Amino acid sequence: MDGNTVENVNLFMNFGFPLLLLLLAYFIGSMIERKHFRNIRRREDDNVGFPVVSFDTMPDDWNVSGSTMVSGSIVVSLDYFKRVIAGLRSLVGGRVKTYEPLLDRARREALLRMTESAREQGYDAIFNVRLETSRLANSRGDGKGIAGVEMLAFGTAVKFASRFARAA
Amino acid sequence: MEISNTESIPGRRIVEFYGVVSGNTVRAKHIGRDIMAGLKNVVGGELKGYTELLQDSRKEATDRMIEQAKSMGANAVVNVRFATSSISQGAAELFAYGTAVRVE
Repeated sequence: MDGNTVENVNLFMNFGFPLLLLLLAYFIGSMIERKHFRNIRRREDDNVGFPVVSFDTMPDDWNVSGSTMVSGSIVVSLDYFKRVIAGLRSLVGGRVKTYEPLLDRARREALLRMTESAREQGYDAIFNVRLETSRLANSRGDGKGIAGVEMLAFGTAVKFASRFARAA
Repeated sequence: MEISNTESIPGRRIVEFYGVVSGNTVRAKHIGRDIMAGLKNVVGGELKGYTELLQDSRKEATDRMIEQAKSMGANAVVNVRFATSSISQGAAELFAYGTAVRVE
């Protein structure tokens, strides 16, 4: 009888616990992701009409009175469930769908943070927007795996000389 | 000090070039933050500790770049770029560089 209990505990530790963690990661992870996407869409709607462009030179008709550099960044990581799925995917190759929404929401969040910081400081538009992605290696001894992905968005924010007239 | 990632300061004219200025910082991760991030890694999402760490480091790199530009007598830095590189496990270099100029 004692032997049975030990066996059951062992079974749980070997299979039950990772499975529980997987389920937990799946539900909480997808909840966080959905919530984040809702939040991003709402803030993107708020920022409609604020010009954020990737031209490297300013459109000729922008008459500006001041400028500064603004940036926004975020570090995100994938949940345990999706990492396992991505790991399985790498056996057969092909499109890794679980990573796509992660990178998408991180990039949009970085752009939003940049835009919001420009608006808070009273700027009217951002141009020459650049996006950068970097991978944060974790500090585990084997150097395998990633702790997260950083997305950085930066650009030059400008103030228009007169609030609504962009024409020179 | 005016900073821009474009080739000029919008609406101003460059009158003098001083050359490339740069600033860097190498940061290691905080063990407490690492443990928190490890836990956060299970459910995914934003790792706030790392976001802040990188923002602070990038600001410091930028400030050093600005100091260098000031010491050259420049009043603006144009065409600013950022680079990140992993040096060793748990440590990363953040690097900012640009061209120091004088605008009128």
